[in-house]
Amino acid sequence: MAVTGAILVLFLLGHMAGNLKAFFGADAFNHYAEWLRTMGSPAVPYRVLLTVTEIVLVVAVVLHMWSAVSLARRAAQARPVKYAAKRKSQANGYATHTMRYGGVIILLFVIWHLLDMTFGAVNPKGFDAEPFDRLVAGFDPSRWWVTLFYVVAMIMVGLHLRHGLWSAFQTLGLAGGRSYGKLKATAALVSLVLVIGFLSVPVGVMIGVIK
Amino acid sequence: MNLTLKVWRQNGPSDEGRMVTYKVEDVSPDMSFLEMLDVLNERLILAGDDPIAFDHDCREGICGMCGMVINGVAHGEQRATTTCQLHMRHFADGAEITIEPWRAAPFPVVKDLVVDRSAFDRIIQAGGFISVPAGSAPDAHSVPVKKDDADAAFDAATCIGCGACVAACPNGSASLFTAAKITHLGLLPQGQPERDSRAKAMVEQMDLEGFGGCTNTGECTAVCPKGIPLDTIARMNADYLKASK
Amino acid sequence: MSDQTHGYKVGEPIRDTKAPEGPIEDRWDKRRFSAKLVNPANKRKINVIVVGTGLAGGSAAATLGELGYKVKSFCYQDTPRRAHSIAAQGGINAAKNYRGDGDSVYRLFYDTVKGGDFRARESNVYRLAQVSVNIIDQAVAQGVPFAREYGGLLDTRSFGGAQVSRTFYARGQTGQQLLLGAYSALERQIAAGTVEMHTRHEMLDLVISDGRARGVIVRDMVTGEIETHLADAVVLATGGYGNVFFLSTNAKGCNTTAIWRAHQRGAMFANPCYTQIHPTCIPVSGDYQSKLTLMSESLRNDGRVWVPVAKGDTRKAADIPEEERDYYLERIYPAFGNLVPRDIASRAAKNVCDEGRGVGPGGLGVYLDFADAIARLGRDAVEKKYGNLFEMYERITGENPYEQPMRIYPAVHYTMGGLWVDYDLQSTIPGLFVVGEANFSDHGANRLGASALMQGLADGYFVLPTTVGDYLAGATKFGDVDPEAVEQARDAVQQKIDKLLSVNGTRTADSYHRELGKLMWDYCGMERTEESLRKALERIPELREEFWNNVKVPGDPEGLNQALERAGRVADFFDLAELMCIDALHRTESCGGHFRAESQDADGEALRDDENFAYVAAWEWGEDGPTLHKEVLDYEYVKMTQRSYK
Ligand SMILES: Cc1cc2nc3c(=O)[nH]c(=O)nc-3n(C[C@H](O)[C@H](O)[C@H](O)COP(=O)(O)OP(=O)(O)OC[C@H]3O[C@@H](n4cnc5c(N)ncnc54)[C@H](O)[C@@H]3O)c2cc1C
Ligand code: HEM
Ligand code: SF4
Ligand code: FES
Repeated sequence: MAVTGAILVLFLLGHMAGNLKAFFGADAFNHYAEWLRTMGSPAVPYRVLLTVTEIVLVVAVVLHMWSAVSLARRAAQARPVKYAAKRKSQANGYATHTMRYGGVIILLFVIWHLLDMTFGAVNPKGFDAEPFDRLVAGFDPSRWWVTLFYVVAMIMVGLHLRHGLWSAFQTLGLAGGRSYGKLKATAALVSLVLVIGFLSVPVGVMIGVIK
Repeated sequence: MNLTLKVWRQNGPSDEGRMVTYKVEDVSPDMSFLEMLDVLNERLILAGDDPIAFDHDCREGICGMCGMVINGVAHGEQRATTTCQLHMRHFADGAEITIEPWRAAPFPVVKDLVVDRSAFDRIIQAGGFISVPAGSAPDAHSVPVKKDDADAAFDAATCIGCGACVAACPNGSASLFTAAKITHLGLLPQGQPERDSRAKAMVEQMDLEGFGGCTNTGECTAVCPKGIPLDTIARMNADYLKASK
Repeated sequence: MSDQTHGYKVGEPIRDTKAPEGPIEDRWDKRRFSAKLVNPANKRKINVIVVGTGLAGGSAAATLGELGYKVKSFCYQDTPRRAHSIAAQGGINAAKNYRGDGDSVYRLFYDTVKGGDFRARESNVYRLAQVSVNIIDQAVAQGVPFAREYGGLLDTRSFGGAQVSRTFYARGQTGQQLLLGAYSALERQIAAGTVEMHTRHEMLDLVISDGRARGVIVRDMVTGEIETHLADAVVLATGGYGNVFFLSTNAKGCNTTAIWRAHQRGAMFANPCYTQIHPTCIPVSGDYQSKLTLMSESLRNDGRVWVPVAKGDTRKAADIPEEERDYYLERIYPAFGNLVPRDIASRAAKNVCDEGRGVGPGGLGVYLDFADAIARLGRDAVEKKYGNLFEMYERITGENPYEQPMRIYPAVHYTMGGLWVDYDLQSTIPGLFVVGEANFSDHGANRLGASALMQGLADGYFVLPTTVGDYLAGATKFGDVDPEAVEQARDAVQQKIDKLLSVNGTRTADSYHRELGKLMWDYCGMERTEESLRKALERIPELREEFWNNVKVPGDPEGLNQALERAGRVADFFDLAELMCIDALHRTESCGGHFRAESQDADGEALRDDENFAYVAAWEWGEDGPTLHKEVLDYEYVKMTQRSYK
């Protein structure tokens, strides 16, 4: 869980940095999209590294989900008889509630997001458009519900990561003693940066800074 | 005060079990929760009914024998408090209170609210000790221990083995209990020689017993009557990973 | 010989306690050297039963297992780690002299004999002081997190009855930490296969064959099955019997059943009347009260004890002006003030309450006031020192001790009496050894604070493993256990259970226990008189009779039946209570925890009668009343003196 999660976080950090190129205009962004595909060239053929990355990501997501499912199954086996009273969370219920449901929402989002931005299937501009155009069209104010969904999903990602990252530190045994508080803060900070970073792009499109 | 209790009754391990409702009148706010149950049990006995079985011994929050899930919270909602130390003044007159046993597959119900926690003993058997035959110990002052380490070890060592952490964990994990012992012994110089093997053996035994996996929800610490901190789990994981390399 | 007025016979005195002769400091060495050894190959074939997993039993079972014996261990809780030793707060004494403040084995020996009001054996106490140093080493090596100073060395504090700082502690949870040490050692042996653990098993009888203790009859508390376990020796480590008073600081399950049944099978019971009453407990709040909680004695360092001057003054503490308060300890004992020893503080509290000046519900309480300390040191300083105790108090009473004085009252805490044992910790039944609070051995008529943990661990880790070996060296010749003896013990157990379940009367066992406890508290408690004891001796048999004819125990013998467990324990408490009163009545002197109102000096202090009572009273059980055997106490090293705390 921690390892696959970490891969995904690294991806998110890179992805966000790339997205921010949108603020530098269409060329910079398209160029970035192109660079993704020509990474390592000429030593490595067109799109190979990107494909490798994509495969790693898919594998990571699948393993991550598999871990989540097996954790949930273990939990169900460990408590075959449920409590009659509604179990009141004493740790503000945050982690328990957001991780699994939030994770599923994120997955749905990722699928839709790929259809939208990568394959263009649900994008007004379609598959053949330039990435930047797809981006601007995708977040067009007229499609406010798309943006809303995006915002909700990103907040979910933030929440998922705030616990997830810190939890990963715990799982990897990093959070002992004095570093405990610091790591908790780090997890929150990284999550916050990611959320702001990702949200800045659609918000930019909405208010017309990116066009 | 007058209360309505909904209590889990189960005749034995093979009985299905069910919630049964009892009215308890004239409860004094100064009673402890267990004294309130004592009063109910006295009435049940005189009425020819089977009294509610529950575990308890010291009644001062240290033996770890008592424990029930009260209104969905292990040991009740008052923080850092065992069931025996919980008092009725924290409940409102006329309140309805549900009382259930610890729920976890490795803690099978023996009767009513009594569960079998011997899985905890087996986790300790796997390695929760320092091997030192009586009479073979060096002078106590031959190895100084940093005060900070001694204090942190003490904090972890205060675990009373009640099992509330398991009862509260949405995953039914025993990580906090196991981590408390690993941390206690792992922080002391005397615990170093067996540190790796201890962590590995105890974690493996914990999994073998059928406890769930930890996702660091923090529900355990929140109900733990001794406030065993969550970072003990990080220490356990660190020791375990190191030992598994 | 007999004493009709007291209802007992007098038998032969006990002359030999098996303590070696010679200089006191060499005796334990001598005994260790003279003890026969068991060939390691034979140990695996020798079975030892240890009942009880507290500090005494847990450490004994672990050590015997480590030595290679085949051990079976029993406790009534769901795990050995919950024995009542877990509740000890204050600390454990040891003559380490780490402070260089003049402590020594001899001084600890001296303090213990004096603290016990000259009713303990010198040889045993000296050995206890000698072994005390090894206990700390052993515990530290096991990972017991004792309090430390910044230099990394162990911290100590001073405790009542001592002028040196020799009490090692682990915050307010010393008993817990020491017990977890013994428990982990025990679990290690269970894992190694040398100890077989039986939790939720209650010992109900002792099997004696050919004059030797050869096994126990236990009830599996989960299935209700009656089981027989045989062995070459039996060790009882079943703790104290303070619960005869119903309300005490003991755990709810503490009982006398194991030692009482052994007593009925021939083991003598020594000094049953010696009871320690702790002055600072949280008072009773209502008639549903199920137990009493101890508040650390250290509170008396800064709290001032008082009651209103006027009787029946129901004003709130804050409304009672200074001149209408009686700081009675400071008034009566100007030299020691609030810090007088336990028994004196307890009795003084009882006296003012008897005068009708007690405070709180039922007038059974006195104030322990921190207002002056808070004014002098500041609230923060007081919180630092006593914060956790104040919190515990507030949790139980709902009152805030920073704002209004605490209410405290004495409560039964410890029983110095127990089964009689010799220097080897062997009872009068060969092969039956008794360790920890269950025996009578080391504290005389009064136990010093922090000495019970020391004794339990000394017995279990160091003394018993040596002396039991001496006995077991002959085990190959013990022969088979007589099946008839087993049958007879099993029948006795079964009959008792059937009887309890068949009465089907109108009162619960708990209600009888409460009544018996109140009776004992009133008539055989902090202060005893011939009159009160005679009253008790009249009332106890009546109440017992009523119990056996009118108790209501629901359920069946099979399965978990907590009401049945309780009823069985209450039945034995009745018998013990009677013996306690007989013992208290026969001992017309006051000493330590036994205060006979008839025997006090002009100032109301306990007055010993060394001429007539410098002996251990060992009682032999009999159908028609007990027989007293006296073991005379000789003091070669410590001169007998009268205590004074004025
Ligand atoms: C609140 C409190 C505070 C104290 N503080 C201190 C202190 O600070 N310092 C100090 O030195 N002493 C202190 N004492 C005294 C001390 O804790 C005890 O005297 C000591 O721990 C007794 O140990 P033990 O091993 O003899 O018995 P226990 O620890 O009582 O163990 C008894 C064992 O016997 C088992 N048992 C009992 N009956 C049966 C049966 N019929 N069948 C099967 N098993 C049975 C139980 O399961 C248990 O395992 C305190 C006592 C109390 C109550
Ligand atoms: C199908 C979608 C997803 C589901 C069901 C899901 C579920 C979970 C669950 C149950 C946890 C365990 C919490 C814990 O161990 O404390 C977790 C942890 C984590 N998740 Fe997800 N998640 C999903 C998608 C994602 C995505 C897309 C990312 C990142 C891009 C991500 C990043 C993480 C991280 C970093 C962790 C912490 C790992 C750890 O605890 O050791 N997750 N997830
Ligand atoms: S960690 Fe806390 S909740 Fe869990 S067993 Fe120990 S004391 Fe109980
Ligand atoms: S009964 Fe001992 S902790 Fe509650």
